[in-house]
Amino acid sequence: MKAVRLILLVLLVILTACGGSSGQTSSIARTSAYIQNKGSDTIVNLALAWAEQYQAEHPDISISVTGGGSGTGIAALINKTVDIANASRAMAADEITQAKANGVTPVEFVIARDAIAVVVNPQNPVRRLTLQQISDIYSGKINNWTGVGGDDRPIVRLSRETNSGTHVYFLQTVIRLGDPNNTTLFSTDTLLLPSSEGIINEVRQNPNAIGYDGLGYIPSDLMNSVVAVARNTDGPYVVPSITTVNNNSYPVARDLYMYTSGQPTGAIKDYLNWILSPEAQTIVANLGFVPIK
Amino acid sequence: MDKTLNWRETFITAVVKTCGYSAVVFVVLIFFFLLRQGLPALFEVKLGDLLTTRWYPIENHFGILPLLTGSLVVTVGAMLIAIPFGIGTAVFLAEIAPRWMREILKPLVELLGGIPSVVLGFLGILLLLPFLRVFLDLPTGLTALAGALLLGAIAIPTTVSIAEDSLDAVPQSYREGALALGATKWQTIWRVTLPAARSGVLTALMLGVGRTIGETMAVMMVTGNAPVMAIKSTSILSPVRTMTATIAAEMGEVANGSTHYHVLFFIGLVLFLISLAVNITASSVIFKSRKRAERVLS
Repeated sequence: MKAVRLILLVLLVILTACGGSSGQTSSIARTSAYIQNKGSDTIVNLALAWAEQYQAEHPDISISVTGGGSGTGIAALINKTVDIANASRAMAADEITQAKANGVTPVEFVIARDAIAVVVNPQNPVRRLTLQQISDIYSGKINNWTGVGGDDRPIVRLSRETNSGTHVYFLQTVIRLGDPNNTTLFSTDTLLLPSSEGIINEVRQNPNAIGYDGLGYIPSDLMNSVVAVARNTDGPYVVPSITTVNNNSYPVARDLYMYTSGQPTGAIKDYLNWILSPEAQTIVANLGFVPIK
Repeated sequence: MDKTLNWRETFITAVVKTCGYSAVVFVVLIFFFLLRQGLPALFEVKLGDLLTTRWYPIENHFGILPLLTGSLVVTVGAMLIAIPFGIGTAVFLAEIAPRWMREILKPLVELLGGIPSVVLGFLGILLLLPFLRVFLDLPTGLTALAGALLLGAIAIPTTVSIAEDSLDAVPQSYREGALALGATKWQTIWRVTLPAARSGVLTALMLGVGRTIGETMAVMMVTGNAPVMAIKSTSILSPVRTMTATIAAEMGEVANGSTHYHVLFFIGLVLFLISLAVNITASSVIFKSRKRAERVLS
């Protein structure tokens, strides 16, 4: 009898709990819009800063921002699980085909520009490299710092993972020197670290290391060991900055994108228009990226 | 009164039976899911291409051999550390340490087992990597050795806990018999107690290996994730890429149903089959080892 009474009591509690929650469904309609934003780890800090500013000005909109890499964001857009995909590289042709096959027509917006900074350990005397030298280092042709005029140390190459738009952009523009028919790959012993923080940490403590990342991710103590890059051996060696990206003298600069499924409407359209406005572009400059002109 | 008793008995037997069977059912279902998502990889990418040495999935290089060797090197390294330290600690706690020391040390070892592996990975990045780079004069501390050390540290508490319990369960009569026959303490431990606790110790090691093969976060942070073929004798001192880290790092970026997606599930299937093989081998050793004399005496 005791067991039966206990079971009846538990059932009663469960039923009242079910009954109670149905009264709350009407209050959810008050939130106007919920925008989901996912993708590039390069853009994530910028997207977060924008989301915070926009939500402060428009309290009825909520925006969620996640990282995971450009590949992750684009895949989510194709799978229809996200409203805006952040990407630090353009969508590839086969991704666009896959999207259309899934009923998604991607629309591209350029929301900022970025420089890829190549950084070495502060103890490393090498501060100038041509694109060809960086390509040879990363493809495995040069394995010791003496090959580029440095100390007798092995080169430890650091990179982002393959899901990162930064990785793909670096492959196309630096290792393959912008040539679409070039099939050079990263050397197999390139260390693929899962985060920018991992790369910065290793470059900071290992004198053999060379790494690359977006300019906004280089901390102040490593700003002096950013390498000046030249397009070829007689070209000027240029250090990345807002000026050198905008006047196209720094050879490793790129556009940052946001993709939506079809032309955006409603809250998403307002958000994107705000991102392209001068107010949002000031935030871009503050975070170390390059505002669109 | 009798009727209610029977009803309760049937009910509880049914519940316990369901729980028992469900464990098997879940494993079988997971296996079929892995098969369903992973086998298309064998059709989309020929087996010959899967067994090449270049892993670069965004350009359709799907060679999984570097990942296999990477996982293997790190697991073997971790077990080489976990087996002597794990069994040694278990023997010390069960046979040699005085009672009061055991009461203090055993909870401490289990506390070590409670540390999340991510935290150990983080400590590894900050402390272990610079130490390895300087001490062993390596180009970088991000190596299979760092991964093996961390995994050994993660596997030891599991191994110690279970091995120590099984050593403790050996009847005192075994030890008394051996000592009465003139054996020294070490001879008793090595030739009587440990063999008698063999099934429990093997279970402990098997669980340690299982934990090591499947560990993802800690290895992803300290092994460098470079897809190199780890087949030379110096490979333990070079960066490697494990299967688990590959799945963790790349699963987020794959579009559902793409070739890359199927290959990642194929890797998961390979991991599953390796764990299954290890478990089956260990089980066959455990269940075969009870000689008739042992069964009669215990």
